[in-house]
Amino acid sequence: MTQIVKMKGMNKYFGKLHVLKDIDLTVEQGEVVVIIGASGSGKSTLIRCVNGLEEYESGSLEVDNHPLAPKGGNQNSLAEIRKEVGMVFQQFNLFPHLTVKKNIMLAPMKVKRTAEVVANATAERLLERVGIGNQADKYPSQLSGGQQQRVAIARALAMEPRLMLFDEPTSALDPEMIGEVLDVMRELAREGMTMMVVTHEMGFAREVADRVIYIHEGQIVEEGKPDEVFDNPQNERTQAFLSRVLAH
Amino acid sequence: MEFQFQFDWQAAINSIPYLAKGIPYTLMISFGGLAIGFVLGIVFGLLSINKNWFLRWPATAYIEIFRGTPILVQVLFIFYGLPDLVGGPIDPLTAGIAAIALNSGAYISEVVRGGVQSIDKGQTEAGLSLGLSRSQTFWNIVWPQAFRRMIPPLGNQAIVSIKDTSLFSVIGVGELVRQGQVYIANTFTAFEVYFVVAIMYLAITLSLSLILRLLERRGVASA
Repeated sequence: MTQIVKMKGMNKYFGKLHVLKDIDLTVEQGEVVVIIGASGSGKSTLIRCVNGLEEYESGSLEVDNHPLAPKGGNQNSLAEIRKEVGMVFQQFNLFPHLTVKKNIMLAPMKVKRTAEVVANATAERLLERVGIGNQADKYPSQLSGGQQQRVAIARALAMEPRLMLFDEPTSALDPEMIGEVLDVMRELAREGMTMMVVTHEMGFAREVADRVIYIHEGQIVEEGKPDEVFDNPQNERTQAFLSRVLAH
Repeated sequence: MEFQFQFDWQAAINSIPYLAKGIPYTLMISFGGLAIGFVLGIVFGLLSINKNWFLRWPATAYIEIFRGTPILVQVLFIFYGLPDLVGGPIDPLTAGIAAIALNSGAYISEVVRGGVQSIDKGQTEAGLSLGLSRSQTFWNIVWPQAFRRMIPPLGNQAIVSIKDTSLFSVIGVGELVRQGQVYIANTFTAFEVYFVVAIMYLAITLSLSLILRLLERRGVASA
């Protein structure tokens, strides 16, 4: 099987704060890896390293066979990696000055030089796929949070990524809108997309994840199939975390 | 002694054709200077937020110098001082345009800086994560949003600069105030003439305000 992400002994600091400690992690093609942990544990930082939004200090990282050097090293592969890795943010980060459709068309046209008619057709197809085909000509601010996040997913998909990163995609949503975003993600997973998902949605993690990773203070302390991690956690920190988040 | 003052409407009306000759100069200095100032503002504004210290400090120096000294001193320096350096006279119109350009450029740099910095970092991250280069991300995503926010302060600066051109009467450009002074020297109708001059400035600045408001409304509608 192809390994899409290979992290070896990765360390990351914010000033003196050691946020990622000796991370070893591989993600196989088609795998859905869900990363859980308390806020400030480093889980967002971990996936932000994958597409170079954060630089790391030591260790090694390979994304789809493109090595990405630590800070100060050769970053030439970054452009290639970013073309192949899509990302969905907690705050959606849609472009407010562009219509929904233009949001989706921008990157294929600028990065891949896709013809406008082709990009347009792709955008319409993707909007249909995430269930908002009728909103193409609206501006992001005219949509609900759940709709905006679905546009953000469509925007990332337009680049035909090999890997999708989700950084707490439902944390900024009203409760009634979480389901519609998770449905799209579930569908994506079913179609075989490789995904790394940082989330607090434990139900989603249990149902969709192939593997769950628990991070505590920048370290992977537990890793396994969802059933193993949720029902029979080995590490006492994982036990404590899960008892807190699953209690309600 | 009886003191009676009467506003002489006829004198005011008579002065209009002569004063109006100053309008093209006022407009030329204002908008010529502002156009160059806008370019300077973009260049130095963006340099001032560059990560590279060597690019940043000349921009900061420029901004501080031209914001921190009076525009009257700047234009006197350019008109009377610089010829010693360049070895030949500088015509007043050029000096005026240069002064507005350099002065407004410093303020516009700050407007540009503020506008760009006001755009959420998530916008840049989204652009980069989609594979756009840094410059593609900036010009396609950050700049259009920043520019929209810059319209009100840019309009403000344009109005300030238009009024600043009145100071250039001291170097003898035949702009509005200069025309007024010359006219008054012959007719002694200061009250009426300065009143007309003020109205003419107001007409220019109000038209500009109106245009800007329309521009802004169009911008808001699509955001």
